[in-house]
Amino acid sequence: MSVKSTAARSSRGGAKRRGGAGAQPPLVQLLTPEGERVEHREYSIDLTPEELRGLYRDMVLTRRFDAEAVTLQRQGELGLWASLLGQEAAQIGSGRATRADDYVFPTYREHGVAWTRGVDPLNLLGMFRGVNNGGWDPNENNFQLYTIVIGSQTLHAAGYAMGIAKDGADSAVIAYFGDGASSQGDVAEAFTFAAVYNAPVVFFCQNNQWAISEPTEKQSRVPIYQRAAGFGFPGVRVDGNDVLAVLAVTRAALERARTGGGPMLVEAFTYRMGAHTTSDDASRYRLDDERVAWEAKDPILRLKAYLTKQGVADEAYYAEVDAESDTMAKRVREGVRSMPDPDPMSIFENVYADGHSLVDEERAAFAEYQASFEDHQEGAAR
Amino acid sequence: MGTATAPAAPAKAARKPATMAQALNRALHDSLAADPTVHVLGEDVGTLGGVFRITDGLAAAFGPERVTDTPLAEAGILGTAVGMAMYGLRPVVEMQFDAFGYPALEQLISHVAKMRNRTRGTMPMPITVRIPYGGGIGGVEHHSDSSEAYYLHTPGLQVVTPATVADAYGLLRASIASDDPVIFLEPKRLYWGKADWSPDEPETVPPLGRAVVRRPGRSATLITYGPSVPVCLEAAEAATAEGWDLEVVDLRSLMPFDDETVCASVRRTGRAVVVHESSGFAGTGAEIAARVMERCFHHLEAPVLRVTGFDIPYPPPMLERYHLPGVDRVLDAVARLQWED
Repeated sequence: MSVKSTAARSSRGGAKRRGGAGAQPPLVQLLTPEGERVEHREYSIDLTPEELRGLYRDMVLTRRFDAEAVTLQRQGELGLWASLLGQEAAQIGSGRATRADDYVFPTYREHGVAWTRGVDPLNLLGMFRGVNNGGWDPNENNFQLYTIVIGSQTLHAAGYAMGIAKDGADSAVIAYFGDGASSQGDVAEAFTFAAVYNAPVVFFCQNNQWAISEPTEKQSRVPIYQRAAGFGFPGVRVDGNDVLAVLAVTRAALERARTGGGPMLVEAFTYRMGAHTTSDDASRYRLDDERVAWEAKDPILRLKAYLTKQGVADEAYYAEVDAESDTMAKRVREGVRSMPDPDPMSIFENVYADGHSLVDEERAAFAEYQASFEDHQEGAAR
Repeated sequence: MGTATAPAAPAKAARKPATMAQALNRALHDSLAADPTVHVLGEDVGTLGGVFRITDGLAAAFGPERVTDTPLAEAGILGTAVGMAMYGLRPVVEMQFDAFGYPALEQLISHVAKMRNRTRGTMPMPITVRIPYGGGIGGVEHHSDSSEAYYLHTPGLQVVTPATVADAYGLLRASIASDDPVIFLEPKRLYWGKADWSPDEPETVPPLGRAVVRRPGRSATLITYGPSVPVCLEAAEAATAEGWDLEVVDLRSLMPFDDETVCASVRRTGRAVVVHESSGFAGTGAEIAARVMERCFHHLEAPVLRVTGFDIPYPPPMLERYHLPGVDRVLDAVARLQWED
């Protein structure tokens, strides 16, 4: 499939954007909001019934996990949660496009991508509960810890991809970021480095329309995918609520990277149905009408409609997935509640590789201080 | 040391005059040759050999894949170095000048310094960031900063600065070999100073975190590093005319900090002056004075004094000699160490 021509065609469409919402540039779509399968002249996909059901299951489980995490935050079990509600197709479609040997650089909202990489959902919650800064080994699933600084990880992804290129390996890297991050200098520099060194990296922007309270118009006067052209690589906008289109486009972009084609920018056009995080109040800056309009484009409902029409899945299957998601949520809930509090002495670990005079001295002094405190408590208890 | 009597040991290179720039170049060369994961990257480090020629000839010897000219974007250089380190490489980054390193501070503070800790040891950052620093060369604005305090205040980093040709080689080899990030500050006004030196001398590879007594003395201790070491040695020689026998401690490594060597010296002499080019307020000297006071209070005959750059933006080249601590300002501080008591 030809990727270059997509960029060229799309940029013509972009000129119409200022005409208003109705004049958005074309996006790659393989499944309409009503669940009708449509063809695209450059991107196609042919999945088995099992694969189609798998995408549905991934999205339902991810949404259920996300909802459970929101509840856990409301109940005081988590300090914060960044919901991915509405972005399931963008994350599952792109995550399922990766290979085991590819490397993934997420933001803090990539719970669905984490699921596709085999990261235990329970482990995502440690940092939001406050017991660690990331509860998984990044090299176990080639899924880096969440990066909270906006856009920084795109440079790490570019550098990792430059390492792959130096080795001549055929893996690829995917860097997640958002519409807000697209304004960051780090992202622009990541585009520059990736282009100059032809690094095998896919820049995957989930344009969920809102950077906390700022709409995408506050970040860019052109559609984000068009920025790629200025750096010398193709960009494409895909319907981020269409899991089939996201999978097809991301697969093509990763394969292009693996075979020496260099970087590519994928803009997944989607919507953040919830607030920025559980600390945010979206009603202060956007109308609920907008959210309601996007509900009609829900990624799970449209795939379900398609599966039902095609006879690929039935009510029994949906009930089975719902039951599985409830079981998973229960396991996560119990797991979070029984998560052990971290050992205070652990704060001195892994600051440096070897013994370090300053840290060692402070560790010893703190241990002594803690010990004296415990003695005091025990004495008081008696 | 024992290899001198071993019959199979290769012949050592003879000591001959060399500059700090040559020693640094040789250290990079030897590190590249010794470890295929070492990669040098930065602005103009390839074809040109760096604006100070520290990387001269390396691209020709090791190829553009290992010695890489980068786009002119410091955050990008360091941010991609983070990714390379994650991939298993050992990047040696050059920031062209001290103040040019500031765009990379976010990558440095939030990612390079913290990655080992936040990944619980699974993603070490064996990155060396070489930065020509300090004044005294008549550089235009933004080319003479002493930025060590910013780095010292960032847990997870090591901060190293050589003052001699031999240390330049040894400390850079040790920094590149370290599995943790090192800010390697090269005193640019010492680049062209010569000394008799051979890279094969064992004492040219000091471990990180160890200070050294450059000049023993009994009257007072001058605690210093980098470009101010030669100033203090000159001051110590001049002080003999006043009857003062000054000890000069070259810290070499600011983090980890060698409390042992510093405090042993101050306990012997009872008086101390800290000398550095960077601004005094909340600077390196403040930390050193506090540490000495906390550890050696009962040995002190006078308050620990500081001779530093003023708390001003770096002045224009024609005025920098007033800003930089010189021999006279050091001696003036020594004179104020309450000798009459």
